[in-house]
Amino acid sequence: MRHLRQLEDQSVYIFREAYKHFDNLGMLWSMGKDSTVLLWLARKAFFGHVPFPLLHVDTSYKIPSMIEYRDRLAREWRLNLVVGQNKQALAEGMNHERGRVECCTALKTNGLKLLLEEKGYTGIILGVRADEESTRAKERYFSPRDKNNDWDFRDQPPELWDQFKTSFPPNTHIRIHPLLDWTEINIWEYIKLENIPFMDLYLNRGDGTRYRSLGCAPCTFPIKSTASTVDEIIEELRATKVAERAGRAQDEGRGMELLRKDGYM
Amino acid sequence: MDTCKTDTAAAVDIRDRMNIVIVGSVDHGKSTLLGRLYADTGTLPEGKIEKIQAICKQQGKEFEYAFLFDAFLEEQQQGVTIDTARTFFQWAGRQYIIIDAPGHKEFLKNMISGAARAEAALLLIDALEGVKDQSKRHGLLLSMLGVKQVTVVVNKMDLVDYSRETFALIEKEYRAFLSQLDVTPQFVIPASAKRGDNIAAPSPHMAWHDGPTVLESLAQFSSESEQAEQPLRFPLQDVYKFDARRILTGRIASGRLKVGDQVIFSPSNKSAVVQTLEAFNVDPPPTQAQAGQSVGITLDEQIFVERGEIVSHERSLPLVSTTFRANLFWLGRRPLEMGKSYLVRLATHEVECRVAAIHRIVDADNLSLDQQQTNTVVKRNEVADVTIQAKAPLAFDLYTDFETTGRFVLVDDYDVSGGGIITEMVADREETLRTEARQRDFAWVTGDVTLADRAKHYGHRAALVLLIGPDTTGKTFLAKKVESTLVAEGRHVYMLDPENLRRGLDADLQEEDARETIRRYGEVARLLIDTGVLLISTTNSFNLPADQVVEAIRTLVHPAPVLTVYMSKETTASPVEADLAFTGPEDFTSTAHAILTALKEKGILAETIGNQPVFQFSI
Repeated sequence: MRHLRQLEDQSVYIFREAYKHFDNLGMLWSMGKDSTVLLWLARKAFFGHVPFPLLHVDTSYKIPSMIEYRDRLAREWRLNLVVGQNKQALAEGMNHERGRVECCTALKTNGLKLLLEEKGYTGIILGVRADEESTRAKERYFSPRDKNNDWDFRDQPPELWDQFKTSFPPNTHIRIHPLLDWTEINIWEYIKLENIPFMDLYLNRGDGTRYRSLGCAPCTFPIKSTASTVDEIIEELRATKVAERAGRAQDEGRGMELLRKDGYM
Repeated sequence: MDTCKTDTAAAVDIRDRMNIVIVGSVDHGKSTLLGRLYADTGTLPEGKIEKIQAICKQQGKEFEYAFLFDAFLEEQQQGVTIDTARTFFQWAGRQYIIIDAPGHKEFLKNMISGAARAEAALLLIDALEGVKDQSKRHGLLLSMLGVKQVTVVVNKMDLVDYSRETFALIEKEYRAFLSQLDVTPQFVIPASAKRGDNIAAPSPHMAWHDGPTVLESLAQFSSESEQAEQPLRFPLQDVYKFDARRILTGRIASGRLKVGDQVIFSPSNKSAVVQTLEAFNVDPPPTQAQAGQSVGITLDEQIFVERGEIVSHERSLPLVSTTFRANLFWLGRRPLEMGKSYLVRLATHEVECRVAAIHRIVDADNLSLDQQQTNTVVKRNEVADVTIQAKAPLAFDLYTDFETTGRFVLVDDYDVSGGGIITEMVADREETLRTEARQRDFAWVTGDVTLADRAKHYGHRAALVLLIGPDTTGKTFLAKKVESTLVAEGRHVYMLDPENLRRGLDADLQEEDARETIRRYGEVARLLIDTGVLLISTTNSFNLPADQVVEAIRTLVHPAPVLTVYMSKETTASPVEADLAFTGPEDFTSTAHAILTALKEKGILAETIGNQPVFQFSI
């Protein structure tokens, strides 16, 4: 439990630095377990309030119960929810059958780009974790993106003693990662510790499967699992040697490296 | 892509977590050591080793454990780790976060970013190559970054036939070097990451080694912070007013904080009692907190304090000065230049500064102290002994006493470009007056009316407007104009002419007692400011240069805001960096209004009386 409080203290510190330094701040919320823990930590940092909008880049292909859950929490926790969508790409019929990386780029990366352009956010808070996949292991807590949203992972700013990169040239923005040090197990341990509401898609509901990672319906697949409680998920994760995002199709090959270099979450 | 998960053998409850950085010269085997640690602790995802082995076979290369971690294609092309990467494993009830820092000289920035987060370090030395310049440089930086728990791994022992003599020579040489830096490695271990000797299991080839394996040495490091046992340092991060509560937030750097504690804010010298500790989803609410925790507190009175101040108890106060001496490492693309303006960030305090002196560039090879050099720049990747002078006083500590409040970074343009540890406080000219002001403020007795009450009542914050510049430029005339304009609006304003002190309070003083004259003036101004008044004053009667006058007064009325207005007949540069400047015969009505506008912009004057000035509750 002490390790969870240490993680919480660091995340809260990052949140408060972000809020202090960025006038136009937004937080991405995908309704998954990570970004919901992120949302909970924001309420910790700001004593029950969430003083910036929550952004959801809607691909239109999400599992329907994710949208219901989104709207319910937004109402109950009085969240300022901003939904963005790449309507043009959808109108032109973009879907995963045209290529998963192409689809993710159009609907998520470019959907996010459009939302950033429209609202002019200079700081975006995201729930990426270093242990999810290799490119995220190289991230900084405060990670600059240039005017094309590109990430220069070879020349990242130094990050010393919690002194983060909070000043930046015009037309660029900063991605802020309060969950960077958390692991998948930490997320579930914390959900249990704080009793955070989460979607039951993560649990086995009798058919011997559950979702370990949530995304768009056509590109996210459940895993075989008997875990029907948080405790059982934690137990399962401690024993597994299968990667968390194994059920996420866009990760195959160099998918994530290409996507993230161009501004994917 | 793959992640690292622990196997069932380690599936016990995690007690704590620890950040470990692995540093060493290029090719001394860091990635191999990591690959070996993960493989031998059963951490790797299923099929990972087989997958990499298959790729190696396909490309006709010999399998190496290092390949397991060089995940980026780019890296594999170059054969070096590019950036700090974090991986995780669990062992014996502890979660380890391994920060892999690259060894290439040009990537020092990333090594420092990695090491700055670490609680312990594994420092690798190649047994075949011995102690290299880079090994020394890394030792120097670890000591500057405050990593005190160090295991030195003498790697590639298989290449020197597991020779006890070779190991002993390297150990002796490196220990001698580190001792100059006050670093004592807890363990020096002969190992071969490639062959698995003394990594997770003891080596049959080196039975003469009676110390722990690398993994055992990690388990012996403490993640318990000793900082809770030190005096309180709580750098103020922000002030929130989302609801009825006015919450001061921050992360406790050292010591403990309890409800009911009388605390002091430095450098403003304000004081208050901690009324509550605030927390979300915690029942019952906490009554105390300690080092490491991000907290929120409320106070028994609404004092004006802001981000950057350091909260402490009165029995152990931080130092306060504009000037300090430090050891600094520079990572910027452009060299650090003496005299140029930078931003210093110390805990949560940010203030403009310049490098007043570069005493010497530290040579990592021999740490020589005797070479006298004259430098005006510090180049990228160099370490230097410098004096930093900030534009406003800041609270800090010596690094040997307090980690968090004893170190700082410098920002050049948009980038954090260097970091340093404070070795000495340098007393500036105002040191005596500052000490007087601190002692006087701590003992100050107040009534029930707060500064905030007065600010609301008068529609302005207590402040001082100083008119500076040559004689006969109309300063007194302007002061009268501002005074009458504001009083007509119903504000509480007073023109304090220094001349008025001469025959009375200063009757015992001579012409040469200039410093004492100004001290008395400053104390009178401080008293009047405590009544909530907006003071306007000229400065000619002081027999001292204008910059000294302004700094001395500023120090004594601190932290009340001071607005400086420079008046001259011709266009001449002000000896003080003035907030406003006027030249030649002026239309005094419009000049007076320009001052009023500046007071509003600075949040000193509220738009209308009865309004709270924006500064006070701008949160």
